[in-house]
Amino acid sequence: MQLLWLVPALPFAGAVTLLLFGSSMRHKTVAMIGVGVVAASAALSLAIAAIFLAAPPPGGAYEQYLWLWIDVGRFRPAFALYLDALSLAMTVVVTFVATLIHLYSVEFMAGEEGYSRFFGYMNLFVASMVTLLLANNLLLLFDGWEGVGLCSYLLIGFWYKDPANGTAAQKAFIVTRVGDTAFTVGLFVLFEHLGTLHIQDLMRFAQEQWTVGSGVAVAAAALLLGGAVGKSAQLPLQTWLPDAMAGPTPTSALIHAATMVTAGVYLIARMHVLFTLAPQVQFAVAVIGTVTLLMAGFSALTQTDIKRVLAYSTISQIGYMFLALGVGAWGAAIFHFMTHAFFKALLFLAAGIVIEALHHEHNIFRMGGLYRELPIAFWAFLAGGCALAGLPFITAGFFSKDLIVWSAGASTLGGRAFWVASLFGVLLTSLYIFRLIFLVFFGDVRTPVSRRPGWAMAVPVVVLAVLSIIGGYDEKWFLGFLGHALPPLSQLPAGAIAETVTSAFAAGALLLGIFAAWYVYMRKPALAEAFAANPVGGALHRLWFSDWGMDWLYDRVFVRPVEWLTYAVRNDIIDTVFDWITALAAFTSRALSVTENGKLRWYAAGIAAGTVIFVAIALFI
Amino acid sequence: MAPARDGLVLAALLFSFGLAGLLVRRNVLFILMSIEVMLNAAGLAFIAAGEHWGQPDGQVAFLFILAMAAAEVSVGLALVLHLYHRYKSVDVDAASRMKG
Repeated sequence: MQLLWLVPALPFAGAVTLLLFGSSMRHKTVAMIGVGVVAASAALSLAIAAIFLAAPPPGGAYEQYLWLWIDVGRFRPAFALYLDALSLAMTVVVTFVATLIHLYSVEFMAGEEGYSRFFGYMNLFVASMVTLLLANNLLLLFDGWEGVGLCSYLLIGFWYKDPANGTAAQKAFIVTRVGDTAFTVGLFVLFEHLGTLHIQDLMRFAQEQWTVGSGVAVAAAALLLGGAVGKSAQLPLQTWLPDAMAGPTPTSALIHAATMVTAGVYLIARMHVLFTLAPQVQFAVAVIGTVTLLMAGFSALTQTDIKRVLAYSTISQIGYMFLALGVGAWGAAIFHFMTHAFFKALLFLAAGIVIEALHHEHNIFRMGGLYRELPIAFWAFLAGGCALAGLPFITAGFFSKDLIVWSAGASTLGGRAFWVASLFGVLLTSLYIFRLIFLVFFGDVRTPVSRRPGWAMAVPVVVLAVLSIIGGYDEKWFLGFLGHALPPLSQLPAGAIAETVTSAFAAGALLLGIFAAWYVYMRKPALAEAFAANPVGGALHRLWFSDWGMDWLYDRVFVRPVEWLTYAVRNDIIDTVFDWITALAAFTSRALSVTENGKLRWYAAGIAAGTVIFVAIALFI
Repeated sequence: MAPARDGLVLAALLFSFGLAGLLVRRNVLFILMSIEVMLNAAGLAFIAAGEHWGQPDGQVAFLFILAMAAAEVSVGLALVLHLYHRYKSVDVDAASRMKG
C-alpha cells in the first residue's frame, strides 16, 4: 500500500514522456507507453484493493503523506493521498475502464495525426482524475479537478483544424468555469471558518462547530454544489456536454461519460457530512437531479446524432446519481457510478465502432440494418442498452438504478414525487435507447459498412459488455464495503414503498418503453413523423431537440448582453482619461515647437527674458 | 575716483545697448559687434567691482575676457564668412532652417 503514490504518478510520467518526446517516437512505442502506464496503474490499484480487503487499515482508511505543499501561516495543505472505501472503489473503476479505453484507442486512433498527443492527454487525464479521487485535502482535489477540466478542453478540441471543435472546447471550458468559480469561493468559505482544507478534519470540525441548517453550512454546501453541477453537467450548466461530443469517441467514452463527469458526484459523496448539515442544499441536489434526468431524457428522444443521444443519456444518468445523493443514498449513487461507467463506456465504444465502420457517419437516420454487419457492436449495444435501461435481474444497471428509484421513495429525505419522476425516467431511458438500437441495427441497410473492428477494439468492448451484465450482482457486498466510508440510507418507517413493488414498476416502465420504441420506430415509422408534423408535437420536438432551448436562453441572457456591452465600451471609457493626458502633451508640444523657429535673435530674446524673470524671482521673492 | 556704483551703472547701460542691438539688428556683423559691446560691459563690471573691494581679481578676470573675446571674434568672423558664402547674405534670419 506504500506504492499508492504510483497510481497517479505512473500515468503522469507517461503523459510527460509522450508530450515531450512522443512526436519523434514510432506509433507502436507511443501505444506501448500510453496503454502500459495506465494498465500498470490499474493493476496496482487492483493489488492495493486486494490488500485493502484482506487487511483493512485501522479506521478503514489509509493516508499517505508525501510532502508539505504550501506553508503560509495557518494554510498548510499537504501533498497527501487518502484511501478509503469510497476513493478505492472509484480509483479501481476509473483506472480499469481507462485501461480498456486506452487499448481501444490504439486501434481507433491509428493513423491519426497527433497520435502521441492524444495518448499524452489521455494519460494526463487519468493522472489528474486519480489525483482528484485520492486527494486528502480539497486544494489537491481542486488541482485534479482543474487538471481533468484542462484535459477535457484539450481533447474536445483535439481535431483543432475544424474551428467548430475549438468552439465546443471553449464552451465546455467556460461553462464549467462558472461552476469552478463557485467551488473556489466555497473553498475560501470553508478555510475561513474552519481553518483547514483537510477533508476529514473539515468534516469533523464542521460537525462540531456548525448546527444543522446554519447559514455558513448552507452557503459552503451550495457553493460546492455549484462546482459539482458544472463538472457533472447538471441543470443549469449541462449545455456543454452535448457539444463536448466533438472530441474523439474514446475521449467521449472516458471523460465525458464514464469518469470525469462523475467528479461532481464524488465531490458531494466525499463531503457528505457538509451536505447533511445543510438539508436545504441536499434537497436542492435531489431536485436538480430529478429535473435534469427528466429533461435530458426528453432531449435524448429527439436527437439524430448517435453520440448526442448518448451524451444526453449521460446527463440523465448523472441526474439519477444526484437524486440518490440528494435523498441520502450515498452508496447507491456510487454503485450507479460504477455500473454507469461500465455500460456507458461500452455504449460509446460500440458507437465508435459503428461510426468508424460507416465513414464517420453520425446521423442515426442514415444507419440501419447493422445487426448482421457488425455483430460485435450490436451485441455490445444490446448489453449496454439493457444495462442502461435496467433490464431486470440480468443487467448491472437494473440493480443500481432500482436501488436509486427505491431510495427516492423510501428515504426520509425522499418522497413520492421523486419516486414517480425517477420511474418515469426509466420509461424515457428505455424509450430513447431502444429507439437508437432499432434505428441503427434493424431495418434496411442505409450506409454500407466499410471497416470492421480489430482485436484491440473488440476486446475492451467484450470485457465491458460482460461487466455491464455482471457488474452489479454483488450489490449487498459492494454497499457494505462502501458503508465503511459513507453513512447508510435513513429509511422511512415500514409501510413505505417496498423494494419489490419498485422493481415491478420499474420493469413495467422498461418494457413499456421498449414496446413503444419498437411500435413507433419499427412497426409504424409514420407515427413519429406524424407527431413531428403536428404543430404541438413539432413545437415539442424542436424544444426537446434544442435541449429545452437552454442554449438559446443563455445566448440571449448572457452571450448577447456581454457582446453588446463589449461593443458599447469598445472605446474604453477609462481610456478617455489617458487620451486627455496624451492630448495635453501633444498640445504643449505643438505650442512649444512654435517658439523653436530657427531665428537666432528670437532665441537670444528668450534667453534674455528668462534671465530677467529668474533674476527678478531671485531678487524679489 | 568715481565710485564703483557709477561704473556698474555704465556697465549695465552698455550691456543693455548691446542686447538691444543684438535683438534689433539683422545684419550678422552688427550682431557680432553688439556681442563685443556686451562682453566689454561685463569686463567693466568686473573692474568696477574689483575697484570697490580693492582687489586685483577684477582686472585678472578682464584679461581672461579679453582673451576669450579675441577667440570668439575669430570664430565668429569665420562663421560669418561661411554664412555669407552659403547664403550670399549677411541677414541672420536667412539661416533659420534648423527648427522644430
